[in-house]
Amino acid sequence: MTIVLAILVLGGISLLFGALLGYAAVKFKVEADPLVDQLDALLPQTQCGQCGYPGCKPYAEAIANGEAINKCAPGGEDTIKKIADLMGVDVQPLDESHAEDNSPKVAFIIEEDCIGCTKCIQACPVDAIIGAAKQMHTIIADECTGCDLCVAPCPVDCIKMIPIKQTTQNWQWHLNRIAITEIHDDENLDDSNKHQDNNKVKAS
Amino acid sequence: MAFFIASSPHEHNRSKTSALMRLVIMATIPGIFAQWYFFGWGNLIHIGIAITCALITEFIVLSLRNKPLNKYLLDGSAILTAILLGISIPALAPWWITVIGSIFAILVVKQLYGGLGHNAFNPAMAAYVLLLVSFPVQMTNWQPPLSLLPIDLDFNNALSTIFTGFTLEGYSVEQLRTHIDGFTMATPLDTLKTNLTLGLTLDEIHRAMPMVFGENFALGWEWVNAGFLLGGVFLLIKRAIHWSIPVSFLGSMLIFSFIAYSFNPDLNPPTMFHWLAGGTMLGAFFILTDPVTCATSVKGRLIFGALAGFLVILIRNIGGYPDAIAFSVLLCNMAAPLIDQYTIPRAYGQGTSKNTEELK
Amino acid sequence: MSSIISRIKKGQWWKFHGGIHPPQQKHFTYNKPIRNIAMPEELILPLKQHIGQKGELIVSVGDKVLKGQPLTQSHHPMAVPIHAPTSGTVKAIHDAPVAHPSGFNEPCLFLEPDGNDTWKKRVLCENYQQLSHQAIIDKIANAGIAGMGGAGFPSHIKLNTKPEIEFLIINGAECEPYITADDLLMREHCNTIVEGIKILDYILKPQHILIAIEDNKPEAIKAIQQASANENNIQVCVIPTKYPTGGEKQLIKTLTGQEVPHGALPNSLGIVMQNVATCFAIAEAVIDDIPLIRRVVTVTGKAVEKPQNVWALLGTPVKHLLTQCQYQPQPKEHLIMGGPMMGFSLPNSYVGIIKTTNCILAPTAKEIPNEDNEVECIRCGQCADVCPSQLLPQELQWHAKAKNYDQLTKYNLFDCIECGACAYVCPSQIPLVYYYRIAKAEIRYQQQQELKAEKAKARFEARKKRLALEKIKREEKHRKAAEARRAAMNSNSAEAQSAKSAVAAALARAKAKKAQTAEQQESSKSQENIVEKNTSDKKSAVAAAIARAKAKKSKTAPKVEEVVEKTNKPAKAAATQQEAVPAVDSKKAQVAAAIARAKAKKETQNKTTKTTKTTKADQTKSSNTTTAKPDATKATKTVTKKTAEKQKATSKKTQSKAKPAASTTKKVTAKAKAAPKRTTANQKVTKDTKTNDNEKTNNIAVTSAENAEIKAQKIKAAVAKAKAKKAAETNDANNQNTQESDKKQRIAAAIAKAKAKKQQLNQQQQEST
Repeated sequence: MTIVLAILVLGGISLLFGALLGYAAVKFKVEADPLVDQLDALLPQTQCGQCGYPGCKPYAEAIANGEAINKCAPGGEDTIKKIADLMGVDVQPLDESHAEDNSPKVAFIIEEDCIGCTKCIQACPVDAIIGAAKQMHTIIADECTGCDLCVAPCPVDCIKMIPIKQTTQNWQWHLNRIAITEIHDDENLDDSNKHQDNNKVKAS
Repeated sequence: MAFFIASSPHEHNRSKTSALMRLVIMATIPGIFAQWYFFGWGNLIHIGIAITCALITEFIVLSLRNKPLNKYLLDGSAILTAILLGISIPALAPWWITVIGSIFAILVVKQLYGGLGHNAFNPAMAAYVLLLVSFPVQMTNWQPPLSLLPIDLDFNNALSTIFTGFTLEGYSVEQLRTHIDGFTMATPLDTLKTNLTLGLTLDEIHRAMPMVFGENFALGWEWVNAGFLLGGVFLLIKRAIHWSIPVSFLGSMLIFSFIAYSFNPDLNPPTMFHWLAGGTMLGAFFILTDPVTCATSVKGRLIFGALAGFLVILIRNIGGYPDAIAFSVLLCNMAAPLIDQYTIPRAYGQGTSKNTEELK
Repeated sequence: MSSIISRIKKGQWWKFHGGIHPPQQKHFTYNKPIRNIAMPEELILPLKQHIGQKGELIVSVGDKVLKGQPLTQSHHPMAVPIHAPTSGTVKAIHDAPVAHPSGFNEPCLFLEPDGNDTWKKRVLCENYQQLSHQAIIDKIANAGIAGMGGAGFPSHIKLNTKPEIEFLIINGAECEPYITADDLLMREHCNTIVEGIKILDYILKPQHILIAIEDNKPEAIKAIQQASANENNIQVCVIPTKYPTGGEKQLIKTLTGQEVPHGALPNSLGIVMQNVATCFAIAEAVIDDIPLIRRVVTVTGKAVEKPQNVWALLGTPVKHLLTQCQYQPQPKEHLIMGGPMMGFSLPNSYVGIIKTTNCILAPTAKEIPNEDNEVECIRCGQCADVCPSQLLPQELQWHAKAKNYDQLTKYNLFDCIECGACAYVCPSQIPLVYYYRIAKAEIRYQQQQELKAEKAKARFEARKKRLALEKIKREEKHRKAAEARRAAMNSNSAEAQSAKSAVAAALARAKAKKAQTAEQQESSKSQENIVEKNTSDKKSAVAAAIARAKAKKSKTAPKVEEVVEKTNKPAKAAATQQEAVPAVDSKKAQVAAAIARAKAKKETQNKTTKTTKTTKADQTKSSNTTTAKPDATKATKTVTKKTAEKQKATSKKTQSKAKPAASTTKKVTAKAKAAPKRTTANQKVTKDTKTNDNEKTNNIAVTSAENAEIKAQKIKAAVAKAKAKKAAETNDANNQNTQESDKKQRIAAAIAKAKAKKQQLNQQQQEST
């Protein structure tokens, strides 16, 4: 008798809580899929498609559905780390096939070679290339995300990816990387050009 | 000619961590002297063993970790840990207690966590707790002060006892601890705890065993504590430690012991006894102030010290162990990061009500 | 308010948290007057010497400039100009190392003094109070004045504040060790400084003016007190010596007890602060029309024999200053621009003095040791005790090393003023400030990246939207077209009738076309086939155009030509031109060229396929891989050769016909010659000879025409005129032709490149498989 009672009580409780949970699931349902948005916010938005998805949002959706987190080449290790934090999974090294130099770059069109085919304009995910058919094209460097998608379609290979130059504005305070100039006493002040050429660059 | 490049500031006050450590080591001298005076050579021998073991362990681990030996081996931190451990171990405890303790302190508590600056717990206290929990008999074998000893405990006798367990004449530690009246002597705190659990009141205990407590509070121990207090004041004057932790620790002990004492004076010893018995002053000035494991902001340190004082009184009056410095230190070490988290000082221009109003 | 003033009058100061007392070291230069030094051989003037934007150059290399003449200009509010510090010649303008901790190169102007020091024409201002506020502010901006205390914030921006100013604080604290530049300036030029303060008073109308001087400068205090004795609202505040009291935020706290809110400027509290040297510069600029071209620089340190304050022209190389003060070379050279606490190491001594340079410190190795003694942090908390911003430096360095940027922001890293007090007291000798700077730079970079990502995302979304919209529009258009067609087929409405008539017209056109094609040569027929294939979608349009032309019965050739040109189909053009007799020749040539090209193309295609085949075979046969690229280019070359030859031939034809217009034709030939870029040298030579021949014949024709009888001449002239006209027309056509062929050439080259690329890809794929 007691066993029956126990079973009944437990069963009743489980039913009650089940109903509660079910109600809560319906009542407090989260409308959008915030995980995708959170992931999307972590991705660098270069829209480069190197992950195999057409843009960052689709890749974010794919990650939410279980795709590997290590396919974002422009984001690099930092992004992987952040995604791993968010998803609660282990940090993985960048996918081999994507492992490449991901220093910031911008595209540059060699204007003499451009034939005005507009193919790169169609490829650019952020509309950072201006030009018209049979007119020379050029890149708005500020808008370029360095995704490299315009390089492949160019029939005459006139697009180069050039690394962003370090200036005093974007210097990162890496003192040990300052090229120390060696100046000899026999050189005089006037030919600063000359001693620039003669500079021996030393890493301190 | 290559020019030297460095980030500002280029000037430095030329202070060094090792100098700081040396200062702290020097400050332990009065306390150690008092300890030697009342309890004989035992602790000095233990300190010697501990320093040797600690340095050897440090040397091996640093070599394995490919760290620059000249920078870290003699920075004083290992020596300081060893000294603190040697002070806390009963004078006539067997030698292997110290060996295990110091190796554990350096190897596990300090170096496995990443070496100097990275340890979460005070190495000396963690080792002490390990020993206390693992070898309770040896770790509670505190001898009574020399004046109460039936035999003369000189250097050779102490050495022999530590390494063989018997004096040169063949007395065991137990025999040494036995009073002429036939009962075993212990530390004042220990005596108090044992007898309180037997249902006696403070007054009765004092009357039953007046020799343990001496004329004042705790024979011998009061002077050891006074020695460490002296050293601590020296450190405060030298600004090697911050005033906040000792003050809040002793203050909170005062408050809580006073509360307990006024609540039931028969079962709770008075403040002065708490201050001058056991390792109170050592803890207040040398252990809790270990910067690596304490809280960082002044506010945080005040909280940290107060918490430690509260825990000490709590454990001494209610807990099962006679002394509580080590346990409360470890518990507070655990709480330190949390305390830091909630006591970030208000930075210049941040969050004053006036400023926020003006920003709006 | 009144309590603040009463406190100040009593000499009671608020205390900011922390602070240190490093050794003063001011005795090196404290008791020596400011010295004038010899003119350097060259001045190195960076175009940007302050925070903000650099101006645009308005002089060029070789220009003679006068002293005080502006060298740059800009309308950007954050830009201030630079001026020629002396008269001389602009020798060069190029990138050179500038006074910046990075040691990077930035555009610099190199000025060679002529030694005359000739001033530009100056306009002295007797009474500045007659000028409007804006006029004075403009004067200050045009004089290139930027904060001379260290940050280099353009002064006119600070003066352009709207809110009512309660306190104008003049910063003469000079809390950094070693530096005595402001001290000496206050002692020697106190009257000018007070003059400058009065100008600021006139502009800002503050309620109180506080001149803050640390109590370690008794003589300067006395001098300023005397100079300002007659001013009622000027209060000289003697504040206790402590580093970093001279920091803007710290000084405000010390004097007024207020704290500048995080992320706000002092003027939100009604406070404006200016350095004493800036006041001096303002007085000189407004009253004497002297732009900012020189400043006091403390040259000090134990490595210089004669440490002293000097008047240095902006752009004076550091090396020159050091030589003037008898610098003793050190085994390990270390030069610091600025003080020992906040200055930065110079990568070399060929760097010009800029507006913010207040000190050149050349210490010996013993004086300021250069070892790296960093050990682990033991969290002793001394740094937190001295931090004037009340931060927790030990926690910050912990997170900075771990690159935990969120925590850094939480611990208010950006309130750090980089004063270096924490690193100064650190017993573990950790270069804390260095870690903070790296972390700050990194966080700023990440913020920029985030902004950029946000922008990229927005642009990406916009593009997606646009593409979707375009797709919908296209579909809509197609749908409408289809509907119209269906309607035309099914109903008898007016619309349908018109459509029917259109169909009829089309039929008529087709017929006409048939007739036309019958007349054509066989070659053009074949050509047309190709064209038809190519233009299947535009066919109807072309046909319509032709039909329209026919319907109008336009027997005049030019019109037809126009129409044909509209269709842009050379082959068609050829077909129509068959009728339009007068202009035939050039068009014929075009057609021929087109045919040749087509043939050549076919051939190349064959060839390339062949070559690919052979290369493939080669690859399988031997390990010696012959790349496909050269073959492909060869093929292309043959194509271009052929086209070029045809081209030449046609142009020759035209030339022989258009004899009288020899000169214009010559041009055409030249163009035709120039067009095929990739033709070999041999070809060019042959071409040259041929053109020469043409020219000769042309010349003969002309001379014969001249020699002829008058009547005949007249007739001939008329004929010639007509011919010339014709020739001109042909030339035009030819021009087009050649242009087109030029383009074609390029396209061909592009195609070849593309093909080569494809082939390479194929090859790679083959290799990988």
